[in-house]
Amino acid sequence: MYTMRPAEFEYHRATSLDEAISLLGELPDSRPLAGGHSLLPMMRLRLATPAALVDIGRISGLDGISGNGGLTIGALATHAEVAGSEVAIGIAPVIPETAAMIGDRQVRSCGTMGGSVAHADPGADYPTVLKALGATITATGKGGERDIAADDFFLGILETALEPGELVTSVTVPETASGTGAAYVKHGHPASRYAVVGVAAVVAVEDGTCTSAQLTVGGAVSPPAHATSAAEALVGGPASEEAIAAAAEKVGESLPEAIGDNYASAEYRTHLAEVLAKRALARAFERAAP
Amino acid sequence: MTTVAEETATLVGAPVKRVEDARLITGAAKYLDDLKLPGMTYVAILRSPYAHARIKSIDTTKAAEAPGVIGVYTGKDFEHLPALPCAWQAGGVENLVNTPRALEIDRVTFTGAGVAAVVAETRYAAEDALELIDVDWEPLDVVVDVEQAAAEGAPQLHENAPGNIVMDWSTGDAAATDQALADAEVVVKQRLVNQRLIPTPMEVRGAAATYEPATGEYTVWMSSQDPHIMRLLMTAFVFGIPETKMRCIALHVGGGFGTKIFLYHEYVLMAALAEKVGRPVKWIETRSENYAATTHGRDHVTYVEIGADRDGTITALKAKTYANLGGVLSTIAPGIPTTLYGRMLSGAYRIPNIHCQVLGVYTNTGMVDAYRGAGRPEATYVVERAVDLVANELGLDPVDVRRRNFIPPDAFPYDPVGILRGLRYDSGEYEKPLDRALEIVDYDGFRAEQAEARKQGRYRGIGFSTYVEICGAAPSAWIGTVGEGWGASMWESANIRVHLTGKVAVTIGTQPQGQGHQTTVSQVVASELGIPIEDVTVEIGDTLNTPFGYGTYASRSAAVGAVAVYNSLQKIKAKARRIAAHMLEADVDDIVFEEGKAYVKGSPESAKTIQEIAGAAALAYDLPEGEEPFLDDTTYYDPPNCTFPFGTHIAVVEIDAETGETRLERYVAVDDVGKVINPMIVDGQVHGGIAQGIAQALWEYGVYDENGQLTTASLMDYAVPKADFFPSFEVDRTETPTDVNPMGVKGAGETGTIASTPAVVNAVMDALAPLGIRHLDMPLTPERVWRAMEQAKG
Repeated sequence: MYTMRPAEFEYHRATSLDEAISLLGELPDSRPLAGGHSLLPMMRLRLATPAALVDIGRISGLDGISGNGGLTIGALATHAEVAGSEVAIGIAPVIPETAAMIGDRQVRSCGTMGGSVAHADPGADYPTVLKALGATITATGKGGERDIAADDFFLGILETALEPGELVTSVTVPETASGTGAAYVKHGHPASRYAVVGVAAVVAVEDGTCTSAQLTVGGAVSPPAHATSAAEALVGGPASEEAIAAAAEKVGESLPEAIGDNYASAEYRTHLAEVLAKRALARAFERAAP
Repeated sequence: MTTVAEETATLVGAPVKRVEDARLITGAAKYLDDLKLPGMTYVAILRSPYAHARIKSIDTTKAAEAPGVIGVYTGKDFEHLPALPCAWQAGGVENLVNTPRALEIDRVTFTGAGVAAVVAETRYAAEDALELIDVDWEPLDVVVDVEQAAAEGAPQLHENAPGNIVMDWSTGDAAATDQALADAEVVVKQRLVNQRLIPTPMEVRGAAATYEPATGEYTVWMSSQDPHIMRLLMTAFVFGIPETKMRCIALHVGGGFGTKIFLYHEYVLMAALAEKVGRPVKWIETRSENYAATTHGRDHVTYVEIGADRDGTITALKAKTYANLGGVLSTIAPGIPTTLYGRMLSGAYRIPNIHCQVLGVYTNTGMVDAYRGAGRPEATYVVERAVDLVANELGLDPVDVRRRNFIPPDAFPYDPVGILRGLRYDSGEYEKPLDRALEIVDYDGFRAEQAEARKQGRYRGIGFSTYVEICGAAPSAWIGTVGEGWGASMWESANIRVHLTGKVAVTIGTQPQGQGHQTTVSQVVASELGIPIEDVTVEIGDTLNTPFGYGTYASRSAAVGAVAVYNSLQKIKAKARRIAAHMLEADVDDIVFEEGKAYVKGSPESAKTIQEIAGAAALAYDLPEGEEPFLDDTTYYDPPNCTFPFGTHIAVVEIDAETGETRLERYVAVDDVGKVINPMIVDGQVHGGIAQGIAQALWEYGVYDENGQLTTASLMDYAVPKADFFPSFEVDRTETPTDVNPMGVKGAGETGTIASTPAVVNAVMDALAPLGIRHLDMPLTPERVWRAMEQAKG
């Protein structure tokens, strides 16, 4: 209960993706270790007691950030690397902007895209933004690679579509049309800096009319939820303050099971989601303007 | 070119770089966890998962057989050791004391109480074995709320404390105060919650011990603010052995904030285990243990009534306070809400009638004891909120109400209608820091901006705290007498040795946890003796080679500790003058000692340096008749009074109208801590204190659920603030002399935590005033403020 030392476990360091996958397949009750910023604290509290860790942190070639229309971020890219990536800033600036909001400098220097995505903490920032952007998560396992849409990937609190022995190897954000703007706004917990509520907005505007909108809320619910009725209310209308406010009021409709805790009740989280949705949308529309 | 002596003469008051920092910054400083002794074993402690339970039995068989385990022990193994002492009780009343034992034997009253210990070859083995200990618990009914615990029908924690009451203490004139309230033109009443805080020093607690069977001597290392007190309490009250049979050592201490003043069961346990296993033992708590088992702070519920004339003149203040002291009492728990709280409820104001009743209450929560400020933040919160409530009620400017009630400069030394039991505020000019702070913040300008902002539906506010506090504990004749409960004196010590070469070694009885004693003491020594600061070494932390002292807390290390150093230096200088007179064949009355040299008045060219004099004193073949060799002096300084620093803190905030979030725009602090030895160090103390105090107003809250489980049990939930939560603090000082001590120092370690909390709360209430909101309890989380705004808007 008060321990800070993990139970006994084996440690293996994989030098290649193939080796990592075969180790994870062979070793019973094994877990991959990348930046260690989610798994190790749980192990120290003995909330997680894997028999073996397969350290994938030094496998080369998994930390690349590249653009070819869309943006592909390797699983081992740290939050700090993403935040500073010119390529990422050029293609999908909301991703590095989100990366810069995660935790503190130390967390950002160790934590990885793949780790955050695979861990699926309800307070994590990436899942919300990736869902809003319609990203694809590429997982690699014994049977090879497969692509999973973010909508299908995040299933609940610490729960994803990953099969046992599968690793997240990269995340791809699709190319966005011109006239698109995206923003992520969060209310961080003053202790953990995890998102109490985080809202991502992605909008497209043509001739002053909103042609598409996606609004996704994390922190308040897990997995992050699309605020569909709110987004739909915007499409076909003007990108005005009034339209944004009217849409934001509908966000609560998509959060029937909001999380509540010591710091913020479900009711307050829902309210925050509406306020932050307004702010995220305003910023996204501003960015969508040509 | 300036000489060393000219430079050092101005050392006191200079922002000298801290001599401690090279070691600290490079990681070379040794903390307790760095201690490795040959044959060392490691201890892990099994703690109660229940807030209130009977221990029916403990089976340690499996744990004892686990690999690497040397021994497993329970409370029954230490039945011969008495429970820990409660060293400072509430004065003049009965205290119904229950304190921890080395390990609890049959009952626990809070989650985290220690019930068994594993000694093993490694920390891992010790912690693994904890899981194999089988305790048969009988859970009992739990009460965590202080008012519920004191109410009829509550679960009872201790047989000797009916109604869960530790003590029922009061100060002031109840009848006169009631009469004054009855006669008052206006009376404002408010229930105020001063929530529980978890102090969170960077370095957690820990202890290590060895035992020498041949001599019966214990050596105990602990992360401590007062190793001499640890030795005294353990030898005299627990082990029943002479002080000389125990040596206590504090290595570098990484913060304490009060929590490391106290004797904890683990320290006793380590000494006892070292004897049992015949090898060195070490225990370092985890952060989770720190949160569960180290003392917490504050946790008061107060009902305050304040009476005033329509012009804002305060005529009476009455407070009834429930102080939550936890499941058992920590070392000085009852002393904090009494002497350091109830006695300070006059604040900076001339209040003709004051009465305060304090009920100390047991609840099924962790122990509560001194936390930075210790009683004075709670008192200041009550007084500064009450003054604002009066201003609000009467529609007066809170600054005007403060000015109207300030104790005027000519009223010092001031006796706050007897509630300080004979002590008097030493000196003060309360308008000076207020005026300066108003000037810095541009008060009129802000009020104009605020009016404009209000028109736009924005919520901006300004809040004041014109505090006074008590430092420099304490005159032994006051704190040590019957009725004050301490039962011991609180003087402080220093020994100064000037070696043959003129290099100086100082040992002191105080014990820093980051304050920079080595720097400030070196400044005083170098300045008085006229030597380079590098020539001074300050040794601390070991009862074997430091004079007995009461330690570092209550902002006493300058106001009491440094004065002991200063007084020893005067005696050293007097002896140096006598020796110089002999060397210069002059009359001692004609010898002047200044800037490191002694010379015959009017003939500075024939001076003897302090180094030459030290050499002559040490070699000793030609000294004045009857003069002892060597320059060496020890002072035990007992202050004639406490000191009473004061000042004005101002917070400027804006509330997010949609989310209820408070954004701190500006923070201005003008403190008067008397003469400043090192302004950089004082600034550091003030900054850190402000951050901690603001944290109480806005973020920090130690929460137990109804089952007595700490729900803010880690840094993931308990919101210790980060640097980016704050604006840059705007800090200034005034300097009002005090004649309490010859250095004119008052104490600067806690002003920030004492002043800042109500300043921020007052600012938030000022911001929300257009909505008719007059009070919200801390912490002012976004949700709490948002709910109040929603409710007010209807």
